[in-house]
Amino acid sequence: MTRLSPARIALYVISALVLIYLILPVLIIAPISFSSARFLTFPPPSFSLRWYQQYFSNAAWMQATRVTLTVALLTVLIATPLGVSAAYAISQSKLRIMRLIHMMLLLPLVVPIIITAVGIFFLYAKIGLVATLPGLVLANVMLGLPYVIISVLAGLQSFDPAQEMVARSLGMNRLRSFFAVTLPQIKSSVVAGGIFAFISAMDETIVALFISGGQYQPLTKRMFTALRDEIDPTIAAISTLMTAASFVLVLLASARQKKGG
Amino acid sequence: MTSVPDPSQKHQRREHGLMLALVSPALLVILALIVLPVGWLAWQSIYHDGFTLENYRRVFTEDIYWRSFALTFEISLVVTGIALLLGYPVAYLANSVPKGWSILILSLVVLPFWTSVLVRAYAWLALLQRTGVINQLLRYLEVTSEPLALVHNTFGTVVATVHILLPFMVLPLYATMQKIPSDLMQAGASLGASPSLTFVRVFLPLSLPGVLAGCTMVFVLCLGFYITPELLGGGRTVMVSMLVSRNVELYNQFGAASAVAVVLLLSVLAIFFVVSRFISLDRILGQK
Repeated sequence: MTRLSPARIALYVISALVLIYLILPVLIIAPISFSSARFLTFPPPSFSLRWYQQYFSNAAWMQATRVTLTVALLTVLIATPLGVSAAYAISQSKLRIMRLIHMMLLLPLVVPIIITAVGIFFLYAKIGLVATLPGLVLANVMLGLPYVIISVLAGLQSFDPAQEMVARSLGMNRLRSFFAVTLPQIKSSVVAGGIFAFISAMDETIVALFISGGQYQPLTKRMFTALRDEIDPTIAAISTLMTAASFVLVLLASARQKKGG
Repeated sequence: MTSVPDPSQKHQRREHGLMLALVSPALLVILALIVLPVGWLAWQSIYHDGFTLENYRRVFTEDIYWRSFALTFEISLVVTGIALLLGYPVAYLANSVPKGWSILILSLVVLPFWTSVLVRAYAWLALLQRTGVINQLLRYLEVTSEPLALVHNTFGTVVATVHILLPFMVLPLYATMQKIPSDLMQAGASLGASPSLTFVRVFLPLSLPGVLAGCTMVFVLCLGFYITPELLGGGRTVMVSMLVSRNVELYNQFGAASAVAVVLLLSVLAIFFVVSRFISLDRILGQK
């Protein structure tokens, strides 16, 4: 294994380069965000917090941040129970149609997002949900569901349904036995699924580009529009904050998943 | 013997009903927000004050549509090829080192995966543009005297797209490689084969399902890419998804947009269908 043949050395070098390629762009934004320069200069001339100040003092960015956080939070609150109950049914039911339903619930991962976005835009235009908060939340619930379902199904795989049977044979009803026996054991994957749904809603851009507007524009939509015009370092500050938030959440989720369940 | 209701059958029916009731809220959301809208798109593409195939005729005969589809497939192929070339060694290394190292490597692979696509587009702009980090570094080191055009073209699109899709290649590759028993490699060695021969004759063929799963995912995702080519392509690299959005936003050509979307969707579904004959769909989708 550890014999260093030329092939092995080449493998190390290539892999290291690929990993640098993967990581560097993620890391490069933070130094830019703390730079004092108006335009991108490397290395940064001096340290400053002006872009963060710019972000926190700008009413439009703050409004967009509130929209993003509200949408992501509501998405989790709705998508998690829906996803958990669906995953539970999929894992318990022996109905043949359940396989088809399972596949359908994963459709948001299969259909190219641009098609989903345009389709929802047409639908919302008809029923007056364009540029509304409920419209945004609903779309993100749909997009977040697969993450909850996949995560909870993985958790249920290591859970023995016989335990719930025991609880029921001891006189608990179905609902109580689920909350008393099953849920505590799959709690970690439920939380992880919820976190993934939150990140997915926080990062979602393409659907928001089509269906959001007015005062209900999430951060990503405003960032996209800003990026089309010019590279304002304020976006570096926002990007750094978003990336940090994602990483903290992912760490939480994976720590949860490792705890089992 | 006659129709005395069987209590266990009744119980089973109740059980089925309960399970369907539990899955229906989620199913309703999916039906209302993806099946119905996409179905509507399909309908709109063939019906406008009467049945018409005009939209499809345009998609298949007009130059701009053809070129965009051809370009999108071409870029997707290139991106998939590069991702495979870059991803295979990394997956191989992660599979052949002790567990702690492989966790580190995989974490580095997944880390960017959880960074917003938009944030990464910004990062690539910062790195690749004329006054960007790379151009400044090259001039500082006096490698070049003029800034290179690294972005707002197809090159920039491909670099950033591969960056985003690489994890979708590495993860299925790694999952497949992990299942290859190491005894087989040892057996190969003990029978006198060189490491490279064992790799080519034993390891490589056994890893092909992972290659197929990774390539499918990367190719299909790339077909529908929007943000990256829009921000890094400089307006000249018009991929299919941009065609869809322009027809909606700029030209109000809803029928044409729908037809393009339907052709794109059918291409994606056809690819999934063909590939699913060789490996299970769970294997492809399970990685996301």
